[in-house]
Amino acid sequence: MKLFVWIETYNGGAVPSSWEALGAAQELASAGKAEVTALVFGARAREIAQEARGYGAQRAIICEDDSLQQYSLESYAALLSRLVTEQRPQAVLAVATTRGRELLASSAVDCACGILSESLALRLEGGRIVATRQAYAGKVLQDISALSMTSFITIRSRAFPAGTASTAALAVDLALPARDAAPPPRVLEFRPAESQVSLSDAAIIVSGGRGMANNPAPAPSDLSGEDAAIWKAQQGFQQTLAPLAQLLGAALGASRAAVDAGYIDYEHQVGQTGKAVSPDLYIACGISGAIQHQAGMRNSKVIVAINKDAAAPIFQLARYGIVGDLYEVVPALRAALEQQLQG
Amino acid sequence: MQIACFTRSTPDTAAKVWVDDDGAVSWGDVATVVNPWDEYALEETIAQAQASGASSTVLAIGTALHDDALKHSIAMGLQQARRIEASEAAARDSLIWSALAASAIDKLGDVSVVFFGKESIDVASDAHSFQLARRLGWTMLSYVSRIVELDLAGASIVVERTVEQGKQVLSAQLPAVITVLKGINEPRYPNFLGIRKAARAKIPVWSAADLGLELPAPGTESIAYHNPPPRSGQSEIIAGADLQETVEVLAQALQKEKVL
Repeated sequence: MKLFVWIETYNGGAVPSSWEALGAAQELASAGKAEVTALVFGARAREIAQEARGYGAQRAIICEDDSLQQYSLESYAALLSRLVTEQRPQAVLAVATTRGRELLASSAVDCACGILSESLALRLEGGRIVATRQAYAGKVLQDISALSMTSFITIRSRAFPAGTASTAALAVDLALPARDAAPPPRVLEFRPAESQVSLSDAAIIVSGGRGMANNPAPAPSDLSGEDAAIWKAQQGFQQTLAPLAQLLGAALGASRAAVDAGYIDYEHQVGQTGKAVSPDLYIACGISGAIQHQAGMRNSKVIVAINKDAAAPIFQLARYGIVGDLYEVVPALRAALEQQLQG
Repeated sequence: MQIACFTRSTPDTAAKVWVDDDGAVSWGDVATVVNPWDEYALEETIAQAQASGASSTVLAIGTALHDDALKHSIAMGLQQARRIEASEAAARDSLIWSALAASAIDKLGDVSVVFFGKESIDVASDAHSFQLARRLGWTMLSYVSRIVELDLAGASIVVERTVEQGKQVLSAQLPAVITVLKGINEPRYPNFLGIRKAARAKIPVWSAADLGLELPAPGTESIAYHNPPPRSGQSEIIAGADLQETVEVLAQALQKEKVL
């Protein structure tokens, strides 16, 4: 059995969640005697392939051609499709990042193969790979299998541990680029993201909801009504939640209610029309826990709820709850954690 | 010139969805809505078609269940609707779905842009949108947060994409398949005239045979649906003598859980 793992790269380095895709392949390999091959395209592919050995790659196929220096869907998919057609692996795995999703789906259709998207768990059943994944916005789970020779599999970030080092020396093969007819889009401008921690990769998420508007800080006198509530909530995210997130190295999340009310940018939304997350720790502040929000965060390992309303549904999901005003509890919790982390 | 958009009916976002004793996915008698991500794609289709003098078309693939989403789209302001008949199982398989979609776009003839919402919540996937672009051989622009410039006559487009690393402004050639993010616009509510138009609309249905398509083999087999296991461990409300004690107990508990 041959398993391909696409190692996503950015600015000449591996995107660290790629090691989780090697971990997922290793799980399948140990169940069914397989060889794990890292596919690395672009700048510094050779060095990154050696790094991949530290996470379980036994073989690598690299391509450092000029046309692949920068990721483009067209050129990467053309090469991946050719490699799959020639070598017929049992699976191609990648993390379900924006690039991983589009690359594997595109190559799967080139190869007329089935795709198992955003898998949470993988197992071998009678020689075929079965993925468990969410459906209906995370409200139910689905077991699904590909009917094709090769299964294209994207895995949810943080669903699998990173792979462990391979003992043997890495065998490296060179691939020639495949030419794709279509000219790829041209990048005119790029603005890097402000936050260093992405919601999907975060080990800890501090999240705020509608309750953020109950900030006791007085709004500027020229604001009233809804504008004052928005100002208070925005201040609350910046002055109250962000310091706790910063202390814990956490990403800042929000409920749909908070995003739709204009309290914080959409990029922070967790839940049905936002991101599905699975951190080790999810601290929900002033979030009632509507079913749409639960769908996006119920896979968190430990959930903490801080809410004034003791009847809020979030408390049924939470491992630990504090009934109280988040504007009192969060600063106190931050101070207690700071002391504890120092001591 | 046409700008097109795909949609589907999904259970209301607030609906409880579960797997019944027969293993079927159910949401009781709660109504379906337009797949929540699609509202932004529908709005963008209407707005861009108006701005560029193109006509707007909405399509859905599946059973008559999806007529509801198409009627909602007409009520919002989409000019034409088409449904491509397929079993629900076929419509959930992205290889079959994208083959039907590509044939339907070919049959429509003069489509320059196809919009999608970021994903479909029922299948919880976006693979079908990428696969449509690939089958058509069109430019794929995913995770688009803003259309900066659309020039149908000059067959060019400039968009802003939001990805993990930041925001990227891209220029590309048409025709293109575009997936849009929430926040790209403010979807309109259907008005009275739109609702009346939708109520009277007869939606033409195309079969695979009408499209001259022999369905490809499915790529996947759905083995079973199941309900997620209940969250293990009990819930504990922490209430110390005062706030200080409460937060200290929580801080210690989190340390013990090894999640800090």
